[in-house]
Amino acid sequence: MAILVNKETRVLTQGITGATGQFHTRACKEYGTLMVAGVTPGKGGTSFEDIPVFDTVSQAVEATRPNASVVYVPPPFAADAIMEAVDAGIELVICITEGVPVNDMVRVKRYTEGRKSLLLGPNCPGVITPGGCKIGIMPGHIHRPGAIGVVSRSGTLTYEAVDQLSRLGLGQSSCVGIGGDPVHGMGFIEALKLFNEDPATEAVVMIGEIGGNDEEDAADWIRKFMKKPVIGFIAGQTAPPGKRMGHAGAIISGGKGTAREKINAIKKAGIPVASSPALIGQTMKEVLEGRQRQ
Amino acid sequence: MNIHEYQAKALLKRFAIPIPRGRMAATPEEAAVVARELGGVCVVKAQIHAGGRGKAGGVKLAKTPGEAEKIAKELLGKKLVTHQTGPEGREVKRVLVEEGLQIEREIYVAVVLDRSLSRPCVLASAEGGVEIEEVAEKSPEKILKEIVDPAVGLLSFQGRRLAYRLGLRHEQVGPLVSLLSGLFRVFMDLDCSLVEINPLVITADGKLIPLDAKMNFDNNGLFRQPEVAALQDLDEEDSKEIEASSLGLSYIALDGNIGCMVNGAGLAMATMDIIKLCGGEPANFLDVGGGATKDRVTQAFKILLSDKRVQGVLVNIFGGIMKCDVIAQGIVEAAREIQVKVPLVVRLQGTNGELGRKILTESRLAIIPAETMAEAAEKIVQAVGCRP
Repeated sequence: MAILVNKETRVLTQGITGATGQFHTRACKEYGTLMVAGVTPGKGGTSFEDIPVFDTVSQAVEATRPNASVVYVPPPFAADAIMEAVDAGIELVICITEGVPVNDMVRVKRYTEGRKSLLLGPNCPGVITPGGCKIGIMPGHIHRPGAIGVVSRSGTLTYEAVDQLSRLGLGQSSCVGIGGDPVHGMGFIEALKLFNEDPATEAVVMIGEIGGNDEEDAADWIRKFMKKPVIGFIAGQTAPPGKRMGHAGAIISGGKGTAREKINAIKKAGIPVASSPALIGQTMKEVLEGRQRQ
Repeated sequence: MNIHEYQAKALLKRFAIPIPRGRMAATPEEAAVVARELGGVCVVKAQIHAGGRGKAGGVKLAKTPGEAEKIAKELLGKKLVTHQTGPEGREVKRVLVEEGLQIEREIYVAVVLDRSLSRPCVLASAEGGVEIEEVAEKSPEKILKEIVDPAVGLLSFQGRRLAYRLGLRHEQVGPLVSLLSGLFRVFMDLDCSLVEINPLVITADGKLIPLDAKMNFDNNGLFRQPEVAALQDLDEEDSKEIEASSLGLSYIALDGNIGCMVNGAGLAMATMDIIKLCGGEPANFLDVGGGATKDRVTQAFKILLSDKRVQGVLVNIFGGIMKCDVIAQGIVEAAREIQVKVPLVVRLQGTNGELGRKILTESRLAIIPAETMAEAAEKIVQAVGCRP
């Protein structure tokens, strides 16, 4: 067990003939992910690495029954690609693309309301269930199968945290990147809910950053509903206000969205916060050892 | 991206929103010409990308064209210091000369994104002309909100509801509704992240006119807004930030002396944080992106080192898809090419990390290798601290 994806997940790549789509489709296939189809308008009838390519998502769905889609389509067309997958009824749609206009995502979110698809991203590394299924751009080899769930707004910082966990012998059940954009699909709370109900997950690492108040809302939810230990880390304690720190969503505006506020909210909810980005794995380890002693 | 008040007002005009009569002037003589055209009392407003201009003496009333010329002469070329510019201030290169209005009442209206709801939101407050952050802090109940369904846009009843809650007179309700629907269209059609009218004035003859206008844009939307992109004022931006963004690097200058180069925004922020935790001060945020190649690393080094305050550099790369040995090669070549003279600590982790570290050691360059983030931060803080 894990969350969102496993060995049986059948994956479609949207934008499979672009350089990024090709590179990562190959890497995911090598990892063992069941890559069943690709879509690029105009390239239907061809194939890539023995994966059949279709012109439209509905054709791909009819022929290959995927239950997840990963979008590598460039920013001007990404929103349309996401909605095409949602329209075709694909359960999980993951958008890796960075640079999607915020207003496009506002429309996408409205479009997905009342439909069954779950959206992850955009501007995210994707999701991995170590040893089972990797969808996205994370390096597979740093992950180990295990019982720690990871949910994060960041890419490489997540790899850093996963690497720390793996080195300490703490494998991961699933690692979910929710993305660094201000308007995105699944958030911390939805991921935490899934981890809470997943028998394979014992504890969760939550990695946030400046901007918005998702971390504060998540802390409140954890205090009320989470049955498993959670530890947190917030990046951007030294970030100046009013500047966009790489991620479109990482900005302190009007004095709101600071790391200090978020850390305080998380601590107030009784969640240990790693004091340094180098101590994320260690903080998790100590929490688990503390529980064993009790 | 931000633009000037006079540019924002020109955009509003295109969406049929009434604005005060007036024009931008870049010289005192031009200011006098505009004042003469307007006739009567006018206002001369310094154009910089920062709030608080009024309190800082950047907005002045002129009774005659001669006075307008004199005020423009004082303002142009002057460094205006407001609470948003920092102590160094911003040089005024243009002024906006506008007609004076008989103000009866000032209110606040804006369109922003409500991140938690993923929907646009129209804000209004009867407290116009003061900073909205202050109102939000002291009396949040005075800020009225209408959440907009992007499928249908701002509806008339939502505008009316705001108008009545603001206590507008009956004949002012219609004009507010059409003004708000115009602002909402500006927000969506131009990929704005903020459209703020503070204050929106109600004149003695009952008209609703934006006295000030502030617009910020979503950088992700600029590719389809060429007219907006053309409004960027490079004088208002950090030249290194502009150079970096043209190279696809994300760079932000800070006040410290330790330059850092990192792949990924989250890890880059975390690296700044750990430098601070170790007692140092980061000189910048720099994300070289997921695929750090030799060229990008070289460009990044050049930008970093052009900041004279930088006394040491920390490179923190978590090689995922990019292999560390390739990155190490890039760092070595870049360091040779541009002769890095300050201490350089490099931490490579992830795919082929060991191979990468070996390349660094064998390069015979004065690169200080580090295995973990913590070790890297400690080493660079120590190296910089020890320098005379």
